[in-house]
Amino acid sequence: MSHLDIHVATKKFADKPVLSNIHLSVAQGEVVSLIGASGCGKSTLLRIVSGLEHDYTGSVTLDGEKLSGISPHIGFIFQEPRLFPWLNVAQNIAFNATSVTDSDARVTQLLAEMGLTGLEKALPKQLSGGQAQRVAIARGLFIHPKVLLLDEPFSAVDAFTRIRLQDLLAHVAQLHRITIILVTHDVDEAVFLSDRVVVIGNQPGTVVADLKMDLASPRERESTALLAQRASVFAALHSAHIV
Amino acid sequence: MHDALTLEKAAPVSLSARLWSGGHHANRLLRGLLLPALVLSGAEIAARYGWIESRLLPPPSAIALTLWQLAHDGLWKHIGASVARVAAGFVIGAILGLGFAVLVGLSRRVEELVDPTLQALRNVPSLAWVPLLLLWFGIDETPKITMIALGAFFPVYLNVVCGIQNVDRKLIEVGEIYGLNKFQLARRILLPAALPAVFTGLRTALGLAWMFLVAAELIAASQGLGYLLSDGRETSRPDIVIAAIFLIAVLGKTSDSLLHGIEVRSLRWRDTLETRKKRIRT
Ligand SMILES: Nc1ncnc2c1ncn2[C@@H]1O[C@H](COP(=O)(O)OP(=O)(O)O)[C@@H](O)[C@H]1O
Ligand SMILES: [Mg+2]
Repeated sequence: MSHLDIHVATKKFADKPVLSNIHLSVAQGEVVSLIGASGCGKSTLLRIVSGLEHDYTGSVTLDGEKLSGISPHIGFIFQEPRLFPWLNVAQNIAFNATSVTDSDARVTQLLAEMGLTGLEKALPKQLSGGQAQRVAIARGLFIHPKVLLLDEPFSAVDAFTRIRLQDLLAHVAQLHRITIILVTHDVDEAVFLSDRVVVIGNQPGTVVADLKMDLASPRERESTALLAQRASVFAALHSAHIV
Repeated sequence: MHDALTLEKAAPVSLSARLWSGGHHANRLLRGLLLPALVLSGAEIAARYGWIESRLLPPPSAIALTLWQLAHDGLWKHIGASVARVAAGFVIGAILGLGFAVLVGLSRRVEELVDPTLQALRNVPSLAWVPLLLLWFGIDETPKITMIALGAFFPVYLNVVCGIQNVDRKLIEVGEIYGLNKFQLARRILLPAALPAVFTGLRTALGLAWMFLVAAELIAASQGLGYLLSDGRETSRPDIVIAAIFLIAVLGKTSDSLLHGIEVRSLRWRDTLETRKKRIRT
C-alpha cells in the first residue's frame, strides 16, 4: 500500500469521456509532475484528487483511507492566486485558521519562508503577480497538508519570477517533506522539480509515460544529467504525438 | 503621481486654481456647492429686478426667512417625523431585502419558489399600494413605514441577489477546498464578495425611501416634510413648498453621503477606478 493511490476508471463530461484507466501511485514526499497536451484532462485529474470533482468512477486513497470529497490533508494551489481581495495577506494565509492551533506563529513562519515578511497587512491589490502566488502557496501550506496539488501554478508570471517560485517550491517540498502533484506545460519546470514526470496523452486521457528523474539534489538547472532527463521527457512526448 | 502632487503643492497658485486642482476635502465640498450658489444668486437677482414673479417663485432670501420662521414653529418636529419614518422604513426594508436575497442567492429551491413572485411585485408602482395600505392599516404610522420599507426592499433584494449570483466561481472553489459548509461559505465568501452590490442596493434603497416618504406623507400625514409640501400648496405658500423641497434635498444628500462614506471605508480593498481615484487624492 502506497501513500497516495489514484485510480480513475472513467471520467466523463456530458457523456464525453475525458479520462480513462488511470493508475498512479505516489510515495510520501514524492514530487510528481503531470504534463500533456492542453485539454487532455490534467486539471480534471487534479480536481478529482482534491475532491472538487466527485462524479467519476474510481477511487483516491490516501494512507489507506479512501477519500470521499474534500480532505483536510490535501491542499490545492490554482493557476491564479485566487486570494480573497477583502482580506489582507495574513488573513488570506490564515483563512482556514480554525483547523490550526497557534495560527499567528504559523502565519509568521510561512511569511518568512515565502519571503513575504512585512507584507502581512497588504491587500491583494497591492501585490505583484509573483507575491500573490506566494501568498497562495503559503495559504495552501497553512493547513499542514500531506499532499499539495498545484495546477499550472507559475504559468501566469514572468520568466524570472517563475524561476524564483520554482526554487521556492523545491525548497518548500524538501523542508516539509510534503507530497506534491504538479500540473505544468513547462518541461524544464517538470524536470527541475520532480522525482517523476507523468505524461498524460490520448483521447480520453491516460498515462502514456511515467519517467523517473534520477537526479541528485539540490538540482542544477543546466547540469548534463538534468539535460539528459529533459531529452528523455521530450522523447516520450514525441512518441505520444504530443509535440 | 506622487511627484505631480508635491509639485502642485509647492507651486504658488491662485485661489481658483486651488479650487480646481487640490485634493483637499474642503475644496471638493466647495466645488460641489458652486452650482447651487450660482443658481441661488441668479434667482435672487431675477426676483429683485422683477424678472420672475416672486408670488410664484419667491427669492432665496424669502425662503431662508421662511425656514427661519419655521424653525421656531415646529420645523424640527416635521424633520424629526420624516427622518424617523425614513430610518424605520429603510432599516426594515433593507433587512428584509438582504435576508430574502441571501436565501434566494444561496438556494436554487428558494429562488424558484420566491423569485418569480418578487419579480412580479417589483413592477407594481409604489402608489398602487397606497389604497391597500390605507385600507389595511388606517392612516397612522404603519402604512407610511410599510410603504417606505417596500420601496427600500426591492433595490436591496435585486442588487444583492445579483451580487451573490455573480460571485466568482473561482473564489467559491477555494472555499470548497477548505471544506466550508453552506453557511460558512455565505458568511466568509459570498457576502463579502457581494458587498459592493449590497452598498449599491442600499444607496438606491435610501433614495427611494425618501421618494416613498414624500408620497406617503403627501397622501395622509399631519407631520413631516411631505405634509409641509401639501400644506404649502393648500395655503398658497410657494416659499413653504420650496423650503420643504430644499430640506428634502439636503437630508437626502446628507444621508446618502453618510452611507457613501461607510461604503468607501468598507470597500477599500476593491481594485477599481473609484478606489484608485481615492488613493491619488489622499
Ligand atoms: N466543467 C466542465 N464541463 C465540461 N467539460 C469540461 C469541464 N472541465 C473540463 N472539460 C473538458 O474536459 C477536457 C479536459 O479538461 P482539463 O482537465 O481542463 O484539461 P487540461 O487541464 O489538461 O488542459 C477538455 O476537453 C475540457 O473541454
Ligand atoms: Mg488545465
